[in-house]
Amino acid sequence: MEASQRLLAKSVLLLPTGRIDLSNADLFKDALLEAVAMAKVAVVLDFSRIEYVSSAGLRSLMIASKTGTARGVSLGVAALQPIVKEIFTISRFHLVLRCFETVREALAKLDPAALASYDAP
Amino acid sequence: MRVIFWGTRGSLPTPLSARSVRQKVVAALVKGAHRGLDTPEKAAAFCSEELSFAESATFGGNSSCVQIDTGGPEYLLCDLGSGAREFAVGAIARHGPAAPQTYHILVSHVHWDHIMGFPFFVPAFIPGNRIRIYSCHAKLEQAIRGQNAAPCFPVEFGALGAQIEFIRLEPGRPYPIGGATVTGKAQRHGGDSYAYRIEKDGKSIVYTTDSEHKMDDVAAIQAFAGFLQRADLVIFDSMYSLADTLSLKEDWGHSSNVIGVELCQMAEARHLCLFHHEPIFDDARIEKILEETIRLEEITRVGRPLRISSAYDGLVIEV
Repeated sequence: MEASQRLLAKSVLLLPTGRIDLSNADLFKDALLEAVAMAKVAVVLDFSRIEYVSSAGLRSLMIASKTGTARGVSLGVAALQPIVKEIFTISRFHLVLRCFETVREALAKLDPAALASYDAP
Repeated sequence: MRVIFWGTRGSLPTPLSARSVRQKVVAALVKGAHRGLDTPEKAAAFCSEELSFAESATFGGNSSCVQIDTGGPEYLLCDLGSGAREFAVGAIARHGPAAPQTYHILVSHVHWDHIMGFPFFVPAFIPGNRIRIYSCHAKLEQAIRGQNAAPCFPVEFGALGAQIEFIRLEPGRPYPIGGATVTGKAQRHGGDSYAYRIEKDGKSIVYTTDSEHKMDDVAAIQAFAGFLQRADLVIFDSMYSLADTLSLKEDWGHSSNVIGVELCQMAEARHLCLFHHEPIFDDARIEKILEETIRLEEITRVGRPLRISSAYDGLVIEV
């Protein structure tokens, strides 16, 4: 698992790649918490390159979400691949995290200013 | 070994209401209309072949009690939830009240839903029966005796006719019990709880209920997977969704279907049986969880397939 980030106005777009499981969930959590610390409005995760997420990875997401809520930072997950989407549904994470079909949709909902920055050439 | 489930519901007995039964009957009648179901055989075949389990039956309502039939003359049970009464009625009917029997009972912990069947456990009333109650839990005897005492129950423990013994087990140490070898393991649960691995003739069953697993505690997860290693059957507390165990119900001491699949995959277990169902879930919901868990196993499979089932009162699994 690797993750790159992009600052968009007062929000952070995080792009993790690969598989998130017991072996790298802590790295993922660190990347998430760093993004939450940087953001003022929202952290949006572009999950389009995540092939699989285990319960340990979902736990990292929950910790980041709780940390963000305490700081007034929203967390959204966008562009889930079909398998990951199924895992979210089976684990009921789609009920406790804000999930979006696309990154643009997530930014539009959570931080329109960040969307403008995302769309800027 | 043969596993017989007498009580599968978590937290408290959950009987099917008249309204729920009526809904099932109405739905089945509508589905079977104009199908010529004019004999019991045709109706039974229709129920088996065209109705889902949730439509034609129920997962049941008794709290935890599982019988492990090791093939020997003595009985072996896991937990004394309300399902223990059903088990006892069957045992008495089989042998008659005058034939003394020996009952070995492993108790996971002493929360009420796991011991509430004991005051109604008929063999305890009958002189000549021998009842050996085992647990790694320190307060086993205190809890069982306290339950059979005023003001909770009118029959005092001392008035019970059977010979009743309490045996404290040490976690990690194998014991010969009821024709099998039993090893306990501590679990994360308020007030303590213990899993039991039951082995006989190269087959193994793990009874693990009322246990929460923190997937960021790698050492604990690996140790638990070691306890489940290549088990033929894992009876697993899957009471909540994973999301619930990490949010609203974190530290409530229970686990999820997702964790069950992951642990069994790590352990290369053969069969995961979802157990200790949430009382607020109806049959359709439990069946849906079973279907989703089967799907989860398919999309996350790494080695050999893991069979998935969901426990119901009356289920029998051959191991």
